[in-house]
Amino acid sequence: MSPLLFSHYTATSCLGHGLDATLAALRAQRGGLIPCEFSDIRLDTYIGEVAQVDETSLPAVLAEFDCRNNRLAQLGLEQDGFAEQVRASVARYGAHRIGVFLGTSTAGILQTELAYRRRDPGTGALPADFHYRGSHSPYSLAEFVRCYFGLRGPAASISSACSSGAKVFASARRMIEAGLIDAAVVGGVDSLCHTTLYGFNSLELISGQPCRPYDAHRNGISIGEGAAFGLLERLPAASAARAGEDILLLGIGESSDAHHMSAPHPQGLGARMAMAQALSSAGLTPAQIDYVNLHGTATRSNDAAEGKAMLDLLPAAPCSSTKGATGHTLGAAGAIEAVICALALRHGLLPAGINTTEPDPELPLDYLLENREQPVHRVLSNAFGFGGSNCSLLFGRADSPGRT
Amino acid sequence: MQVSAFIEGIGLLGPGFKDWPQGAAVLAGTLPYVSEPTGLPPPAGLPPAERRRTGPSVKLALGLGQQAAAASGMDAAALPTIFTASSGDGHNYHMICEALASDDPLISPTRFHNSVHNAAAGYWGIASGAMAASNVLCARDGSFGAGLLDALCQVAVDREACMLIAYDTDYPEPLRSHRPIPDAFGLALVLLPEPTPRSLARLDVTLAEAPASRMTDPALERLRQGVPAARALPLLQALALGGPHEVVIDYLDDLRLRVAVTPAAAA
Repeated sequence: MSPLLFSHYTATSCLGHGLDATLAALRAQRGGLIPCEFSDIRLDTYIGEVAQVDETSLPAVLAEFDCRNNRLAQLGLEQDGFAEQVRASVARYGAHRIGVFLGTSTAGILQTELAYRRRDPGTGALPADFHYRGSHSPYSLAEFVRCYFGLRGPAASISSACSSGAKVFASARRMIEAGLIDAAVVGGVDSLCHTTLYGFNSLELISGQPCRPYDAHRNGISIGEGAAFGLLERLPAASAARAGEDILLLGIGESSDAHHMSAPHPQGLGARMAMAQALSSAGLTPAQIDYVNLHGTATRSNDAAEGKAMLDLLPAAPCSSTKGATGHTLGAAGAIEAVICALALRHGLLPAGINTTEPDPELPLDYLLENREQPVHRVLSNAFGFGGSNCSLLFGRADSPGRT
Repeated sequence: MQVSAFIEGIGLLGPGFKDWPQGAAVLAGTLPYVSEPTGLPPPAGLPPAERRRTGPSVKLALGLGQQAAAASGMDAAALPTIFTASSGDGHNYHMICEALASDDPLISPTRFHNSVHNAAAGYWGIASGAMAASNVLCARDGSFGAGLLDALCQVAVDREACMLIAYDTDYPEPLRSHRPIPDAFGLALVLLPEPTPRSLARLDVTLAEAPASRMTDPALERLRQGVPAARALPLLQALALGGPHEVVIDYLDDLRLRVAVTPAAAA
């Protein structure tokens, strides 16, 4: 594929609001998971909750979109000057030439869950303040962001469970290459809700401790919430004039497990296909990858399957899962980890997988227990989801040697 | 800027629509339109345990994909797919919300994994053995338009085949009052970058602001407006009529898709 410019980006998670807070936490190997006191949920687990979501208020004209997910989206958009950069790109390209492709798994369904507690005792009707369009609909996220900036180009929410926040890059890439748009707002937003906490609990996939990806004693996920956004643009013709530290999207791989709804292919076949396709679409070899941000949810089966794929394809690459720090932010995870990869490239930081103390001996990888500081040229980011939906993204610095 | 593809096979299910040959006859006016509740086929290709777990939206999507793949003569296992739907399985999610609102907020693992928007894509992979890329979209009432655009970009940019499956099913009350979808409707299109002897038509799609084409038959127009996936009906009618046609398909509030349909023989 032709490289695209990942020109501006931001991430908000339990690590903090924006890039500085995220980078500081990664540098300090500090996580943001806390014992779950969200809503009235009675589960013995840790969560990654974003501060000040409830205090965020949407513009009055967008009141119909008010829900925890869109408040989190707006909180995320307003970090790092990202909103100003989107407005500048509108001035540069025109509102109709900018697409919006955002990943979410649950959108604003917390509002639906809460509305079901306030049904009319006689008729069973939901309360009048329930807005399907602005909260429950998976499209509510992309529509809110499109309206927030007055964008007029193509838009969709991508909802392929936990690969959503990565697969948005693939939809944006196709539409930019087809010439329908010049740039796209991509990203992912997912917010805490009862469905995912009780749902993953029903699958016995939730840990009672902060999650420990790739640890020999890992015992499940910690659910988090987050919002990450990026601006993906056609590479300017004068790409040589770009700053060396600019981040490029070099490759994308997508596959399906065709195996099981909630368990990965045991040999990691789909994961391997996605990573191999990302490499081939970038024209790169495994030896050219400096770091892999693993999907690494800390369930027994995910890490075993992904680890086998890694041993097969990228056995020597330094790797870690940052979900020990952020929790698993589900439909936002692919986007948050894409931004973490951009930070790794820009700052020469390979982030450790925190909470993990004893890497699984069955998965003898170069799993990072401590941060490494070194030049970083090209990194791979994995996002896999329920239904066997896999996506791998390959990012690199614009000044990387040997880019084809 | 336009994106183009050739249609190799069509699947169709909805109120009064059993498959593409019957639906094409209705849309071309050679058979009367008789609305009757959508019949959903049992999900073929799934192991018995998985089959028991499927709800109406998965049955609909699998039935559509299997019709279109068979009509195209292509191997379903090799086709990348794009699934687009305005929502997931509404009945399943209603049960989850009822459970979560109760004093004992426990939900079953099957209900939970069936609640993801990409449940149909996941079951399709299991049923067909397809390990290729599969995208899963939503743009509310414009979900068909969003899927069509994503599919055509994939075909045009990557020069590879792709199957689009657009489908919607109804919600039970109390969600139904807020999202009144009367019945299940869906279509599937197998799309190729180059024509084959089997090609039905060529599609050229551009972004447009003109109002969407309407159906002249009042019952079909009610269906078009009532189910998001049925926003495809003007395109299906153009395909059924043969001959070159241009239709405008609903997409976003301020954006629509102009679709030029050219019969394959003339393309």
